[in-house]
Amino acid sequence: MQTQTARFEREPLVLGNPSLGDITRKISGITESKPNMKFLMALGASASLMSWGLGCILYTMLNGIGVWGLNNPIGWGWDITNFVFWVGIGHAGTLISAILFLFRQKWRTGINRSAEAMTIFAVINATTMVLSHTGRQWLFAWLLPTPGNQMQMWTNFRSPLEWDVFAVNTYFAVSLMFWFIGMVPDLATVRDKVQGPLAKRLYGIFSLGWDGSMRRWHHYEMAYMILAGLSTPLVLSVHSVVSLDFAAGILPGWHTTIFPPYFVAGAIFSGFAMVVTLLVIMREILDLKEYITLKHLDNMNKIILATGMMVGYAYAMEFFIAQYSGNPYEGFVFVNRATGDYAWSYWIMVLCNVISPQVFWFAKNRRNIALMFVISIFVNIGMWFERFTIISTSLHHDFLPSSWGYYSPTWVEVSIFLGTFGTFLTLFLLFSKFIPVIAMAEVKSIMPYAQPHHGHHEEGGAHANGGGH
Amino acid sequence: MKTTGVLGNFHTPDSIMHAASKTHEAGYKKFDCFVPYPIHGLDRAMGVKRTILPYISFTGAVTGLATAIGLQAWTGAVDYKLNIGGKQLFAFQFSIPIDFELTVLLCAISTVVGLLGLCKLPTWWHAFQHDAGFKKATDDEFVLGIYASDDRFHEESAIAFMKGLGAQDVRVVTEGNEHA
Repeated sequence: MQTQTARFEREPLVLGNPSLGDITRKISGITESKPNMKFLMALGASASLMSWGLGCILYTMLNGIGVWGLNNPIGWGWDITNFVFWVGIGHAGTLISAILFLFRQKWRTGINRSAEAMTIFAVINATTMVLSHTGRQWLFAWLLPTPGNQMQMWTNFRSPLEWDVFAVNTYFAVSLMFWFIGMVPDLATVRDKVQGPLAKRLYGIFSLGWDGSMRRWHHYEMAYMILAGLSTPLVLSVHSVVSLDFAAGILPGWHTTIFPPYFVAGAIFSGFAMVVTLLVIMREILDLKEYITLKHLDNMNKIILATGMMVGYAYAMEFFIAQYSGNPYEGFVFVNRATGDYAWSYWIMVLCNVISPQVFWFAKNRRNIALMFVISIFVNIGMWFERFTIISTSLHHDFLPSSWGYYSPTWVEVSIFLGTFGTFLTLFLLFSKFIPVIAMAEVKSIMPYAQPHHGHHEEGGAHANGGGH
Repeated sequence: MKTTGVLGNFHTPDSIMHAASKTHEAGYKKFDCFVPYPIHGLDRAMGVKRTILPYISFTGAVTGLATAIGLQAWTGAVDYKLNIGGKQLFAFQFSIPIDFELTVLLCAISTVVGLLGLCKLPTWWHAFQHDAGFKKATDDEFVLGIYASDDRFHEESAIAFMKGLGAQDVRVVTEGNEHA
């Protein structure tokens, strides 16, 4: 029987069938180890980049956004491009943690913690970007319906920009709660393992006194399910609302109904690419190849391929509808995208987002680490250019040729953008050192020996040190 | 020295499952299983009643929706009427994104607060937590604990009962010996 079923058996989610104790030692061991030179150098480099970016934001605050390259027809440039880019990156984490959870995709357990962390850090960048472009950043409270502010009136709830404030903040808050609640049992595991008194105290505080009580797990599992259920429509709504910032405007190239699904597909596409980029590095450096296996990467590459095709479809459909609608402005904008001043940006986008993921049709390519790393970088670049293309081509040539223009960023905008990568990497490095990077409790629960054998409850069924169904 | 309870460790999910249902059948009320990950069906074997958390979450969701509609209708159409492009002062169509977001936000917050409330967390200290064997419950063992506050609790009989279930290292935990 063993031999007959062998060829149909699924690949194991964790290689080498480690015992429960092995999982604990491996993952919480990372938090206990002393940071090595390589780690400190990487942290130093990314923290410097972050400081440079934040310094440039401070420079912008002191001088006003006149230090950017924005001009009269083009009022949104790299600032909003970066915002949309980073919000998009965040989507993979929520998708992995919520939607794949509801669909009982057990392979998500190896990667959900780090993907959710990326979500949080990416949304931090996104909010920094959108706040920095408001001009008088210290008045950010005016974005919220706060009574008695200097405007003496309420926010305008008819504006998609106001919906965006609610969408992004809700997304951040819910992702953070989901991430933290998912982490509590693992922090308790680390608390019970670490030796240092300060570490013991800190992990003790953040693990809230979790002790693994099944009565608590019972509530906990329900809470996790509800949060996953909430995050599922939420992840679809965030980029939909972001896209309404454009779609509710009247500019040709923005005013289209395809935008919400198109933006969501693009967000998942770019998010998965970023997850692949970072996981390929992380599994190498932290030696997690048994936990983040080729199967995980293979699955993620399939999602990249699928969402890449959706994005490609959206590009084609946009182009087609622009001509088919008979609207001369709409038709012009799209021809201008492909052949005008920003054609270089358009073709980088098509090349990176539509052409490059096609290699993932072949199983061999989906399991080739070097190749998927390169492709994931291409996709990241391509998705940034997609947002840039959408924003600047629509703004630079709209209805009246008298108000046409061209936009290039200044060194300040470029620095702020590079700085966001510094922030992202700094936070991610700190995360990988101090927080269990793999959801230990979840991985333990999907081990083949982890659940009781149904039907017979006598002593000594499967042993927790090996064996299987 | 006050006795907190009796602990015993198990090494397989099957054995803790068996022990939990036997403890429940024996009539103990204040007992718990401490496990490193949720074990399917263990809550049922222990006789745990279904959690009321969904009701708490639902209350949060309804509050969020009511807040969103109320906020947009009152600020826009009652407190400070502002004509913007002749659009309606309040309409359900434009209120939907914020209705959705606040519903989700308040539902999530009430879920988390409800979870912490039902679990009585955060709790910083607990006499069991200074027992070395108890700490294995966040690692790779499964611990059964019967609290001394249970009406049926007698130290000797509880120890004998647990040994009968096949528990290893059955021990009494008292509030004074936490540094032992």
